[in-house]
Amino acid sequence: MKSNRPSKPERRPNRMGASMNTRNERPRREAPRAEPVRPQGAVQSQMSWRDKFDAWSAHHSNSAIESLLRMLETPVQSLMTWLVIAIAIALPAALFVVFNNVQQIGQSWQDSSQISVFLKKDATASQAQDLRVRWAQRPDVAQATYVSPEQALEEFKLGSGLGELANHLDENPLPAVILIKPKIGGNTPDALTSLQQALVADPLVADVRLDMLWVKRLHQFITVAERFVVALAGLLALGVLLVIGNTIRMAIEARREEIVVVKLVGATDAYVRRPFLYTGLWYGVGGGILAAILLAVMFWWLSAPVAQLADLYQSSFRLQGLGFIESLQLILIAGLTGLLGAWIAVARHLYLIQPR
Amino acid sequence: MIRFETVSKRYDTGYEALARVDFEVEAGEMLFLTGHSGAGKSTLMKLILLMEQPSNGNVFVDGHHLARLPKGQLPYFRRNIGVVFQNHQLLFDRTVYDNVALPLQVAGYPHQEIGKRVRAALDKVDLLDKERSNPMTLSGGEQQRVGIARAVVNKPTLLLADEPTGNLDPELSNEIMTLFRQFNEVGTTVMIATHDIELLKRMNKRVLGLVQGKLVHDGVLW
Repeated sequence: MKSNRPSKPERRPNRMGASMNTRNERPRREAPRAEPVRPQGAVQSQMSWRDKFDAWSAHHSNSAIESLLRMLETPVQSLMTWLVIAIAIALPAALFVVFNNVQQIGQSWQDSSQISVFLKKDATASQAQDLRVRWAQRPDVAQATYVSPEQALEEFKLGSGLGELANHLDENPLPAVILIKPKIGGNTPDALTSLQQALVADPLVADVRLDMLWVKRLHQFITVAERFVVALAGLLALGVLLVIGNTIRMAIEARREEIVVVKLVGATDAYVRRPFLYTGLWYGVGGGILAAILLAVMFWWLSAPVAQLADLYQSSFRLQGLGFIESLQLILIAGLTGLLGAWIAVARHLYLIQPR
Repeated sequence: MIRFETVSKRYDTGYEALARVDFEVEAGEMLFLTGHSGAGKSTLMKLILLMEQPSNGNVFVDGHHLARLPKGQLPYFRRNIGVVFQNHQLLFDRTVYDNVALPLQVAGYPHQEIGKRVRAALDKVDLLDKERSNPMTLSGGEQQRVGIARAVVNKPTLLLADEPTGNLDPELSNEIMTLFRQFNEVGTTVMIATHDIELLKRMNKRVLGLVQGKLVHDGVLW
């Protein structure tokens, strides 16, 4: 062409239109006998932003629906992929739920953690009562109970099964005890330690017993479990990314010919990418839904024996499964993971397919 | 419409497909590109479509200096060019209608417009009654006509055809040439690659002759 083109035969109709939903809706009317090539034809209006947006959103919904239908065309294969994703998601999610439950048990156990304050032998009952009232008013104490030496002996007789032996004792060897129930707020190991120190400072107190080590161990265990679940979830999320990435890669390979043709007729990269991104999204969402179902079934199956077990320990503990909102969050996270996996695969493989 | 300035194309393998090719095609022209297989016809077409980049020289198409075309503009540039392939490049997982509609869908036309244009294009190649068929069930000549309908449905300013009559008998290839001539008569620039000398003589149009990547002939055969 000359550097100064004399005449452009046609002002290109540069019009982008609305919907591309040609499969479902086609005008039934008689085709006009117009020439398909008519360069001198009427100048068409520039595409409006609205037309552009309509075309764009129509292609989105088309891609979304078609990619879903395409997956359902090979139901067994798709189901297997969904299951792989579901299991990879359900595993950390199940651990997360179990760990939440353990935390709850831990809290109720800590809640019942008592501090036993043994008083000196020479403390009188009225002194002990004064002390109990004083301590009960402390902000970090929920409840303080006085157990006289006589009551303690009675409990010992009943609880230990050594009642006969106790009857042979000349005098009551048991000291008076004040049982302190800490407030839930001040339930961390540090708060308990400072409470213990305050109690032991009183001149009437002989000894304070608190199984601190046990509380500390539980806290540490929860921290370790937390990290373990996070690490496992990260690894399995990576697995989901790889599974979806590989599935999308195969889908791209299977449609190589089509990609070449649409690129040749002027498809933008976004246009070519779109159906694959939706495919990834559907794999993720499908896997997430299956995972939520798996978890619901699993926790339902476990809940009855766990409740019986809890009853044997006189606990009102009940297994908490995944709630509705949490299930939705799970599906959302799975969907986003699928989208991300598809994006990675598309970025890696799609540009390699060029018309040759 | 098309201008090649001392264009060379050497592939990574060292094979030189085109050597210092110069020519110019006016808008509205119809011309042929000929030469044995391997003479560089396909490479020349690929350079116009920007499927390949020249190793040397400049290619101008429709006012664009192709080496300077931004990557994001490539799809929009290609929408102005209709291409007919020897092997049709039809998609067998959809109907004739959907194959022809593809360039319009890609460009985002409203579906009423798509229906109108697809039927006009199919009518032009006389395949209106086959719009619901799968291209696989059509004969070679019919498949080629579907490919032509797809190439012209977007009303391109430039129509490229690579061996469009390659596997067709003379009668069918005449039909196809008549179609191309009709498109040209309404102003489309048409460039056809072929090695069929008889056809070139019958058509009596400008011919670019390539031998081993060099342009050795430019003009009407006689």
